Amino acid sequence: MNVQLATTEQPPAASGEDITAVKTYAAPRSLAEAVALLRAGNVTILAGSTDLMPQSKTGRARFQPVLMNIRRIPELCGIDEADGCVRFGALTTMTELLDSAMVKTRFNALWQSADHFASNQLRNAATIGGNICNASPAGDTLVPLLVFNARVVLASEVNGAVTTRKLPLAEFLVGPGRTQRRPTELLTAVDLPLPPDNFVSEFYKFGTRPALDIATIAIGLGAVCDGDRLGDVRIAFGAVAPTPIRAPQTEAALDGKPLPAAIEAALTAAEADIHPISDIRASAWYRRELVRNILRRMLEHVGKH
Amino acid sequence: MSANIDIAFKLNGINVTTKVSPSMSALEMLRDELQLTGSKYGCGEGECGACTINVDGLSINSCLMFAADCDGREIVTIEGLASDPHTEALKRSFVAYGAVQCGFCTPGIVMQARHLLTKTEHPTPEQIRRGLEGNLCRCTGYKKIIEAIAEAGATST
Repeated sequence: MNVQLATTEQPPAASGEDITAVKTYAAPRSLAEAVALLRAGNVTILAGSTDLMPQSKTGRARFQPVLMNIRRIPELCGIDEADGCVRFGALTTMTELLDSAMVKTRFNALWQSADHFASNQLRNAATIGGNICNASPAGDTLVPLLVFNARVVLASEVNGAVTTRKLPLAEFLVGPGRTQRRPTELLTAVDLPLPPDNFVSEFYKFGTRPALDIATIAIGLGAVCDGDRLGDVRIAFGAVAPTPIRAPQTEAALDGKPLPAAIEAALTAAEADIHPISDIRASAWYRRELVRNILRRMLEHVGKH
Repeated sequence: MSANIDIAFKLNGINVTTKVSPSMSALEMLRDELQLTGSKYGCGEGECGACTINVDGLSINSCLMFAADCDGREIVTIEGLASDPHTEALKRSFVAYGAVQCGFCTPGIVMQARHLLTKTEHPTPEQIRRGLEGNLCRCTGYKKIIEAIAEAGATST
């Protein structure tokens, strides 16, 4: 049965004036089509829309004349492993991360960040590419992605052909809501090199409630446990700087040093790695205390599970 | 604004075609264009779950979905559960346990409970709490809702 539901009247007036800026809606079915549209310019990209919709309704994001829905592009889907590297398509949802046994085994901190992400309804829609491009200082998946040395894949059209470039996530993130993505580029995937077999990783997010909260601080910790020493130490912090960051001084204070003796030096180094601000969720002082106490707790338990 | 997008999708088992504006949410389309007012507007930012619908087998917040993105999809709203035999146990237990007070959150919670029972046949109270973390209720204190869902999960076949 096919029912025609008439909508002859003008659409209802939208709440924000910016919304009227959309002139064209496009839902390309291939990457080539999408980058051609981006090349033409003035495009707002729509994926899971869990950030775009509230940002546009409140006027925080202004629509470009072209609204491009990338959810019908097969090249942006799926999780594939090749040559010691796992490629997550930009449209991989948080639920797909949670449903992947490989992610849980090899990228536990990433799996945990998806588990702490918002709510079931949001995890079913929100994409990893969107979380990266939204570039929130508190973006949940960004912290573990930094731990796993993620590289983003950006596609654009050059001389009529699809070309890609890769960039470490740490370089891609520039500031709150700001990335190195050029307006003609589409983030198509994020690549994670497989860590060593005995690599353990943990993610901790502190908020006032377990669900639907923006992190007050977040910590990602990854390392190879060798007796009482850690090797290949990778630590990342969220919500304590303009972007989620790796913590090189903290890592150096731990790498190859015996635990628990090295913990105090690591906590002092972490103080120097972070640059928290006071905002609606917490004061800078409180964020420092959280980093100190939660990092201590994580280091005391690393590898003991 | 001139742009009117033609979309076609399956809504509660029926093929529908309609026109939407690019900025319209799926919830606005359901309520204002298609007159299906069972899904509620609560917060408009994915915190409360009152607008929960099912899209291609997954629960989502319809206030955060663009109406244009409904094209080609299979959508079930609370109205579609009226004739769903698998929702019978939920309906009975919500009444039996008094899991409804003002009722504003109820369509979203029943949608989410239905999705939870599809994914997890006999959920524990903890699994129910996790499953409902995206749904707010300001009346019941959740206890009766959780009991009702547990009961429906225990009796469903």
